[in-house]
Amino acid sequence: MKLRSYDIIDHVYDVIVVGAGGSGLRACLGLAEAGLKTACVTKVFPTRSHTVAAQGGISAALGNMGEDDWRWHMYDTVKGSDWLSDQDSVAGMCEQAPSAVIELEHYGVPFSRTVDGKIYQRPFGGMTTHYGEEIAVRTCAAADRTGHAILHTLYQQALKNKVEFFVEYFALDLIMERGKCLGLMAWCLEDGTMHRFRSKLVILATGGYGRAYFSATSAHTCTGDGNAMVLRAGLPLQDMEFVQFHPTGIYGSGCLITEGARGEGGFLTNADGERFMERYAPNAKDLASRDVVSRSMTQEIIEGRGVGVDKDHMYLHLNHLGRSVLDERLPGITETARVFAGVDLTREPIPVIPTVHYNMGGIPTNFDGEVLTQTGGILKTVEGLMSIGEAACVSVHGANRLGSNSLLDLIVFGRSSSRRAATLLKGQARAPSFDGAQGEEAIARFDRVREARGGSPTAVIRQRMQRAMQKHCSVFRTEALLSAGLEEIVEAWEMFQDLSITDRSLVWNTDVVEALELDNMLRQSATTLASALYRTESRGAHAREDFPDRDDTRWLKHSLSWVGDTLEVGMDTRPVVLTTGDYDVQPIPPKARNY
Amino acid sequence: MAQFRLPVGSRIGEGRYFNYNGDATKIRRVQVYRWNQESGKEPQIDTFEIDGERPGPMVLDVLIKIKDSIDSTLTFRRSCREGICGSCAMNIDGVNTLACTTPVVDLPETIKIYPLPHLRVVKDLVPDLGQFYKQYAMVEPWLKQSGEAPDEERLQSPAARAALDGSDECILCACCSTSCPSYWWNSDVYLGPAALLQSYRWLADNRDGARLERLEQLDDAFALYRCHTIMNCTSACPKGLNPARAISKIKKMLVSREKGA
Repeated sequence: MKLRSYDIIDHVYDVIVVGAGGSGLRACLGLAEAGLKTACVTKVFPTRSHTVAAQGGISAALGNMGEDDWRWHMYDTVKGSDWLSDQDSVAGMCEQAPSAVIELEHYGVPFSRTVDGKIYQRPFGGMTTHYGEEIAVRTCAAADRTGHAILHTLYQQALKNKVEFFVEYFALDLIMERGKCLGLMAWCLEDGTMHRFRSKLVILATGGYGRAYFSATSAHTCTGDGNAMVLRAGLPLQDMEFVQFHPTGIYGSGCLITEGARGEGGFLTNADGERFMERYAPNAKDLASRDVVSRSMTQEIIEGRGVGVDKDHMYLHLNHLGRSVLDERLPGITETARVFAGVDLTREPIPVIPTVHYNMGGIPTNFDGEVLTQTGGILKTVEGLMSIGEAACVSVHGANRLGSNSLLDLIVFGRSSSRRAATLLKGQARAPSFDGAQGEEAIARFDRVREARGGSPTAVIRQRMQRAMQKHCSVFRTEALLSAGLEEIVEAWEMFQDLSITDRSLVWNTDVVEALELDNMLRQSATTLASALYRTESRGAHAREDFPDRDDTRWLKHSLSWVGDTLEVGMDTRPVVLTTGDYDVQPIPPKARNY
Repeated sequence: MAQFRLPVGSRIGEGRYFNYNGDATKIRRVQVYRWNQESGKEPQIDTFEIDGERPGPMVLDVLIKIKDSIDSTLTFRRSCREGICGSCAMNIDGVNTLACTTPVVDLPETIKIYPLPHLRVVKDLVPDLGQFYKQYAMVEPWLKQSGEAPDEERLQSPAARAALDGSDECILCACCSTSCPSYWWNSDVYLGPAALLQSYRWLADNRDGARLERLEQLDDAFALYRCHTIMNCTSACPKGLNPARAISKIKKMLVSREKGA
């Protein structure tokens, strides 16, 4: 088969999982167990996915280190989300958390241990017992390398279960027909060949798009490729205005310092040496949720109490914890601080600044991972398409995710989507191979980029986008800032139409890869800014200085955004689920959110 | 008279020279191995002049800067940029290490960057790690337990868990295996330090029930015993792990197993 000038290699599978991070691998395991012929297509070798960088832990009300209940976990998650999460999904996630974590231990994850040999747990931001009364000890950890421990173990289980991987394949686009997903086009970097995958189901587990910003804890590869594929398929993204800033990225490099550092007793100070979080969150202090801490830090800096020559960052102190705690519980960040900040944690504080970390928004799905779209106010599932992990917006994180709920999200929804897939595909015959020119549009787009002979290199356009996002779509937002930001992104999009590519080869052409990733990020930047403009209230991570209050009457709802090929954004909303379905827990009605 | 020539792709020539045209007064040079199989040409060493005043901080930053502003065809793997994903392993100034955690200030005026040695090059600094991954899979790096798992977690004391320290932190960057002369000559039969460290990780885990079976598989003149304690692996590991010690512990386990212990 030939499309344009390219020979196409066809494949047929039951399920294609795109992405091999925590959620993608967990889904692959479930699909393999169900006997479904599964391929995992990933642009990096599985253990290099960004799940590997997760540090602090995975939340679950195991109660190994004190009293706990999944209902308290649910309360914290809903409150952390500023009530924008769907409560039925949160209930499901928190109820299943203990079994999901136990399952990981059975897979072989090398968790740290308590003296009686159980999984070690630590306090984390926003995690409480008795509905906000006490600090909970809920986050299960493998030192400060929990993501590494989980990702490597999942990959090992995938090897055991003989999951088929297509490693270093860059996914170009979904193949859609009449609103139904039939498969996927991907480009093999190793030999430059083009592949067309036909399947009953595609599961997008492609992660977030942190690299749309100039400074992010995210890896270079976090470009939200699945989100952009969904946009190009004419489907919406949800709650894209909610971008989490992690309070403690290392000043300068943006490398992550886990919230677990504060969970183990670390604290922040300003230029006066004051533990300023005591003023902003009298109860939780440094363990308030991330949006609150990031806003407080930014406020301190705005008011002139930042540290350093430019008074533009804060200090995180861990020296009082002593060497043994640092060595045993926080060895990874001790090394990171030494390498990237030149700091000896036993003596000095780390210079930190709120840094882009996580996208609460993404591809709208239900609890089973099925992708949702809405036409004329009617919500429906998209046949043949699922999404999980950071790419998805279930929504369990709403307007602000709690630390250690993301690893949980990966595992729970990786599992639930594979179960749903098994039910959906049970007894179905394998799809027939493609017989026409399906995928030609994706190849055409690829060719346009590969043959681009304009005047703007990828790096120049990308820096323009990243600077615009950093300046215009940060911790505090206003209409004027956001509008100007959107204009800049549209200008960057115009520059992209005049793209310049130097490398025209097909094998490992990262010049083209980066341009395709830029295309993906520009679309997501536009939806992020447009959604932030659309939501005229402040909620969770979205703080509008011109609309400083939460407005439940008008805005207790999810935003949906579509992007056209000239980057025009269409907006709509859908209701938030405020009921808890069949779960044995009462819904939590919205109230004021204090820590 | 017989004519001997090195095979195509192994005669490295002098490449292009990119002059610096900014306003920094101090200049440094970066020499990078380049090869594009589609060009049909031999590999070459390109030289890039860079700002010597603010050159980094890390080697990965330098490579990204070159790619962004001088030559966008320069090809290398990278992802997390904080030393945990293991993507950007390469040979920098003669040492296998991660570009993202190697500060430029620690290096000589002219920095020489090559792909990891003794692997097939795919393009520029991107080597083929296929065999390396295959060997990782060969040690069956997953928990083996007969019988049903308990409802709760398996218990493991902090001391038993500590036995994994120094082995479970491996990031599969391949710096160790590709620095090992024994692996260079025998990578078809010798598992290499990374795979053996992984093997040790499971031998040391008291939750695993396949200790004897694992040792049995390693008891081979090549798979394990091609390690001649050269220790390059340990000096190369960018995470400060000690594969050589793990290998010697495996050898010891084999000996004590033979004694019936």
